[in-house]
Amino acid sequence: MAAERTAVIGVGQTKYAAARRDVSIAGLLREAAYRALEMAERTWSDVDAVIIGKAPDFFEGVMMPEVYLAEALGAVGKPIMRVHTAGSVGGSTACVAASMVQSRVHRCVLTIGWEKQSESNAMWALSLPQPFATSVNAGAGGYFSPIIRRYMMMTGAPELIGCMVAHKDRRQALLNPYAHLHQHDLTFEQVVDSPMLWDPIRYSETCPSSDGACAMVLVDEASGDAHDGPVAWVHGTAMRSESNSYGGRNMVSPAASEQCADDVFAQAGIVDRRAEIDAVEMYVPFSWYEPMWLESLGFASVGEGWRMVESGATALDGGDLPVNCSGGVLSSNPIGASGMIRFAEAALQVMGAAGEHQVDGARRALGHAYGGGAQYYAMWIVGSGKP
Amino acid sequence: MADDPLAPPAALAGDVTVPPAVAGAEPVQSVCTPIRLSYTYTPGRALSRYLQAMAGKRILGERCGVTGQVFVPPRGVSPLAGTTTAGVVELADTGYVDSFNITRVPIERRPDLKPPYCSAWIVLDGASVGFMGLVINIPPEEVRIGMRVRAVWKPDDELETSAANIGGWEPTGEPDEVIDDYERLGRVGGQQP
Repeated sequence: MAAERTAVIGVGQTKYAAARRDVSIAGLLREAAYRALEMAERTWSDVDAVIIGKAPDFFEGVMMPEVYLAEALGAVGKPIMRVHTAGSVGGSTACVAASMVQSRVHRCVLTIGWEKQSESNAMWALSLPQPFATSVNAGAGGYFSPIIRRYMMMTGAPELIGCMVAHKDRRQALLNPYAHLHQHDLTFEQVVDSPMLWDPIRYSETCPSSDGACAMVLVDEASGDAHDGPVAWVHGTAMRSESNSYGGRNMVSPAASEQCADDVFAQAGIVDRRAEIDAVEMYVPFSWYEPMWLESLGFASVGEGWRMVESGATALDGGDLPVNCSGGVLSSNPIGASGMIRFAEAALQVMGAAGEHQVDGARRALGHAYGGGAQYYAMWIVGSGKP
Repeated sequence: MADDPLAPPAALAGDVTVPPAVAGAEPVQSVCTPIRLSYTYTPGRALSRYLQAMAGKRILGERCGVTGQVFVPPRGVSPLAGTTTAGVVELADTGYVDSFNITRVPIERRPDLKPPYCSAWIVLDGASVGFMGLVINIPPEEVRIGMRVRAVWKPDDELETSAANIGGWEPTGEPDEVIDDYERLGRVGGQQP
């Protein structure tokens, strides 16, 4: 029996900001959830189940927050399910939500990812002391910058490619009203001159710390057909994970990333990835991950991803494969929502509902998320037409 | 979609009714409640052996019986084979820098670390995986991928059952390793599975 065709009919996002002191955690989630329900022309009573994701509970210090949030999310007396795959969780949560409809367990699912970093201390939560390892990493940048240095060494990429990505994403964020960072006057030179935090990663090449939530409403085929608003059809979903330490592990392009990409493109029947995808929302918390993922996802051959960046191929303005038209993680990073934002922005592109950062005529888009020590992956491909 | 994307959703746009008992009170936006979690860490057999050997300035890894790969610090399992490790391997306290980062921001738990400092993936001779360590006794900007290093142990009277017994890694002055690809590590100590 084939899987049920699944449609996204609602997307809701909060304004992302360093601190949303005007709302509680529950209030933050309701803002995104109600926007998604409004776009979907649905109410809580239409929702069969809620699938929720966030990064580790240590962040806000609220254990199993999905229990306390069930009432705020209209889930009293309904199934609510928590997904947890570190930084990729927003993407994994959307994949699980889609599976609930694809398997015909539910006909209408609300899925939501969130983080309230202003009420947490991510660096503390991510560096708990362990007696078998010395504590030398100042946050995620300390972990990822050696991997970026290896990429630079292996490909001979020019030193300022990362700055080009950061400047592009911050420019594109100006077209997205929900983006956290709106740096209107940011010049390329300012990006280059910003201080090195984790050499070779500059301050302007890192993501901000954000509060925010993102929600989607997913429905079955009949409901998608009957919906008179914009619809994005799910053409494929894939998740993979691997150990972050084994001999021969390619840390620049981990096997789990390549296998996850192969799976999702095969499901969507896509052969020429660069030609057949119109927009990409990929998880780029540090600028150099754009060329690295371009290669790992098969949009560029090994060692050539940086050339796509340099040529402008990934820019909304004039590129053939626009990447992170929303501004990406580099412009908004509520961690547990960041993956879902990628998936939701991909859906908005094929709905033709992305507003100022719309890619003209986008028919198929990729949403991508990764997490942990680049070891958890979630991806989906959505299209304007049915799969 | 709404004309103004930042306008509150209709369902949340109404006025909030405040009970008379708290009318006029200053709205609370947040409260700060520090939390603490104390716990006893039980390292398990593989890490216990590793930590006890550390107290004697020895480094123990463990070998996978299927792939031949050598893991340090050992966790008692081989991630690729999905099996428990087959035996203990004593490793030299020398290796090389696989890659590194120069950190210019302070780290909360290490007030002793003054930026800029160099943290690196250290791959010990005979090991199949690297781990993070500090590179010391060299200016950070002179550190190279492939640079040979050796452990700098704490004084004997400060040794504990802890990886912190190695205060850092310093250059040996030997010629650099040639670093070509990641797959080379899969071949160390055994065949690529």
